[in-house]
Amino acid sequence: MLEIKNLHARVADEDTEILRGVNLTVNTGEVHAIMGPNGSGKSTLSYILAGRDSYEVTEGEVLFNGENMLEMAPDERAAAGMFLAFQYPIEIPGVATMEFLKTAMNAQRKARGEDVLSIPDFMRRVKAAAAHLNVSMDMLKRPLNVGFSGGEKKRAEILQMSLLEPKLCVLDETDSGLDIDALRIVSEGVNKLRSPERAMVVITHYQRLLDHIVPDVVHVLSKGRIVKTGDKSLALELEEKGYADYIDTAA
Amino acid sequence: MNASVPIKHTQAESDLFNRFERAKDALPGSVAVAALREAALNQVREKGLPHRRVEEYKYSDLRAFLKSAAPLADVADISAARAVLVAQDTFGELDRYKVVLANGIYLEDLSDAAALASEGATVTNMSDALAGEHSAQLLGSPKAGPNDGVIALNTAFVQGGVVIEVKAGATLSKPVELVHVATSTGAQVTRNKIVLGKGAKLRLLESFVGDTGEGELNAVFDYDVADNSSLAATRLIVGRTDAARLLTTIAKVGAQAELKSLGFVAGMRFSRNQQFVEFKGENSEAKIYGVTMAGGDDLADQTLIVDHAVPNCNSREFFKTVLDGRAKGVYQGRINVAQHAQKTDGEMMTQALLLSEEAEMANKPELEIFADDVICAHGATSGQIDEDLLFYLRARGIPEDEAKTLLVLAFLSEAIEEYGEDNVTEGLEARVRGWLAGH
Repeated sequence: MLEIKNLHARVADEDTEILRGVNLTVNTGEVHAIMGPNGSGKSTLSYILAGRDSYEVTEGEVLFNGENMLEMAPDERAAAGMFLAFQYPIEIPGVATMEFLKTAMNAQRKARGEDVLSIPDFMRRVKAAAAHLNVSMDMLKRPLNVGFSGGEKKRAEILQMSLLEPKLCVLDETDSGLDIDALRIVSEGVNKLRSPERAMVVITHYQRLLDHIVPDVVHVLSKGRIVKTGDKSLALELEEKGYADYIDTAA
Repeated sequence: MNASVPIKHTQAESDLFNRFERAKDALPGSVAVAALREAALNQVREKGLPHRRVEEYKYSDLRAFLKSAAPLADVADISAARAVLVAQDTFGELDRYKVVLANGIYLEDLSDAAALASEGATVTNMSDALAGEHSAQLLGSPKAGPNDGVIALNTAFVQGGVVIEVKAGATLSKPVELVHVATSTGAQVTRNKIVLGKGAKLRLLESFVGDTGEGELNAVFDYDVADNSSLAATRLIVGRTDAARLLTTIAKVGAQAELKSLGFVAGMRFSRNQQFVEFKGENSEAKIYGVTMAGGDDLADQTLIVDHAVPNCNSREFFKTVLDGRAKGVYQGRINVAQHAQKTDGEMMTQALLLSEEAEMANKPELEIFADDVICAHGATSGQIDEDLLFYLRARGIPEDEAKTLLVLAFLSEAIEEYGEDNVTEGLEARVRGWLAGH
């Protein structure tokens, strides 16, 4: 589903390379975790996958279901099935949450040549997804993410993810800012979306999230490269020993 | 230095003087009105059209913009006026009464005067009123702009208009749309007086349809908002034209009264919407909103002076501007608080969103406060579309144009929704989308 080959990238107009040759293959149905110390390039990788143009890819390629993803606009990637759950979801005053959800769902459907949703069908989907994630109708009536608590914002991200039914979910530090209850709700929401047709990349600093969302593969990203790959026990090892070993090996 | 050097007149100014000579005998009004016209034209003769060295017109140089001045529009044909009304939509399906001015003159046959009379509102032809008693009082100027050049032009050339009087205590069941129709090219100059009796309530809609060609449209609206009365006025300045649109409000607000207005401007080559609001009685409120969209080489000017001449009044001024291309936006807002106008609460905000590198916004919010126990604030911002917001929307599959539309609409809707006249909200938001799609 996702093939990242020798990816090098930097912040546009800056010299310092942040990603220095990332190789990663994620197959359909798999859940991969990417762990790493602060500044290792985790968020950069997620932004590049989503198409943020403030980063510049200097070398390498990213294939999404065989297609060159780097040539696609952010909205084209989304329509093709890419979804990034933001570490810091953006507040958008004046854009009603429901209006936003409807616009996004229908824009993707239009891009894929599907019919737009009828209002009742749309409402039914939103209500069902919201109930699972403990998102109140009151939250949905507010402008997008405006006045939401940290936990509410993350729940709203997962709500969007369930409604948009992406093929590839990239979760960027979805656990940050969550208390234990919120972490459980969000993780359950994510686990519900695990399926043989869908792949996930879970980016996190802590092993804690991986107790709830159990990965098939764990990678350690350090200084812009994947320096170790293993199974879920690697996450436990990291939790115990810290990242010190990997920072040294990558240097 | 009292001796003034005669100025060299521009082509447009010469055209205006010729226009006056040709038209003056046919223009309506008493001897007193004719004298006012002469005096107003003399002001133009002495000072010229308002230009950039006149502080109030520093950013909106009408003298430089007007290359020529077309003659006044001819009298309209009723069927032609009807056709323009049918062809050009203003407030859509909204159920409302209409008062029609065609080529600057009241057209009773197309107006709902009889229905309005049954609800306690009378419509008088301004042409008749100007010929009658107290006619000169119909052409007053605001205290805060006694020598305004646009009002002087209006006084000199006023062709007609209406006086709408809503009797004390009356609340009309529907909004009243005062629509200016152009059936042929030429300048249109109107003066309209809206008089609310004590405790009356009126929702007024003002609109302008048809093409005046190169002729300027100059309309002055005089609002007399009596004690305990309430007026909401929505002014729709839309429809592509290369001619100048010069709109003026002169509002006097009594005690325990409420004035609310929204000036909605989209796609005008040169527009000035100027408003003079004066509080005459205590415990009243004025809420003045502006929503402006300009692209290409447009210039859109929203100018406002609110005079807190008495204590205990609140005013809120909230203006939003979106600019694209090489457009220029102007906001000049001033809140005056007289020395004895204690407990005044005034809050002014102007915000601009620039969609292009070359667009330009002049924001000039001012407070002039002589009282010592007031709450007054003003603010101004100019910025571009936030890339973070845009990326977030695009990352959810919303294409760039649609995402921008959502964000611009969100930006402008803040003022439209705070204005809160729900019956026009949807139509105005549709016009924002239309402007974004087609400007």
